[in-house]
Amino acid sequence: MILPALFFYLFAAVCVASAVMVIVSRNPVHSVLFLILAFVNASGLFILMGAEFLGMMLIVVYVGAVAVLFLFVIMMLDVDFVELREGFMQYLPIGIVIGGIFLFELLLVVGAWVINPQVTKTITAAIPTNVSNTEALGLVLYTKYIHYFQLAGMVLLVAMIGAIVLTLRHKANVKRQNINVQNARTPEMAMAMRKVASGQGLQDADAAEWVK
Amino acid sequence: MTIGLGHYLAVAAILFTLGILGIFLNRKNIIVILMSIELILLSVNINLVAFSTFLGDIVGQVFALLVLTVAAAEAAIGLAVLVVYFRNRGSIAVEDVNLMKG
Repeated sequence: MILPALFFYLFAAVCVASAVMVIVSRNPVHSVLFLILAFVNASGLFILMGAEFLGMMLIVVYVGAVAVLFLFVIMMLDVDFVELREGFMQYLPIGIVIGGIFLFELLLVVGAWVINPQVTKTITAAIPTNVSNTEALGLVLYTKYIHYFQLAGMVLLVAMIGAIVLTLRHKANVKRQNINVQNARTPEMAMAMRKVASGQGLQDADAAEWVK
Repeated sequence: MTIGLGHYLAVAAILFTLGILGIFLNRKNIIVILMSIELILLSVNINLVAFSTFLGDIVGQVFALLVLTVAAAEAAIGLAVLVVYFRNRGSIAVEDVNLMKG
């Protein structure tokens, strides 16, 4: 009984501490690495709650994709991050005031809040007890919520196409194949007959047209 | 010593506040702002999963999955916009984003 509580406090403490390091560390690369640590510990919290599939998903999506994306962008852009940190202390008081108000309100809500007993009667899809979490999620995700699932896929598709369209750059000096021009080419367009006078060779005036 | 719903909600509240604080503290660095938004979405996910498991309703986990999808898409698009902006202006400082004089 004491072990889950111990692990909860471990995961929660490391998660919160690394979230603090994300927002205060000087180097954005360190921020990304602490973000990874925060997500790994949050996935530990998910597993403690019994949502194993989402815990694994968090690691796959965030550590495997999003964090690597952040790292690539940070390393790709040649930015003076020291300059960007100016004004950090200037915004600290207002940030702490607003953050404190937010935390106070949220903790008030959490502290003074009770579950309405009616809510357990209106459960949409109860968690089945005899199957694993992944199977239970699949049983509703692919049947009852198939449209939401497909919409999520569309969101990812749009994001992928959008990111490619935004960052794709056509350089002017790169030769590319133009299939329409190639197919429309006729012998008349490609060849020209010239009568070259004997002993004189090709004149400059002809050559200009020749190489066109 | 038993861990209830309130404990998870408290962790999520602290993470949410840290995300808000991160946006305020790093007002010039848009990469850290994006990371703070990821922290906020993570805290929302913790809330959804906590309610889902403590009420015995799996729909919360389905919704958390959708939030995860949107968060990934948002990070990809945000970083793509950032890269295009850096190519055009050579800077990613938030103060320099004044091309439209808005």
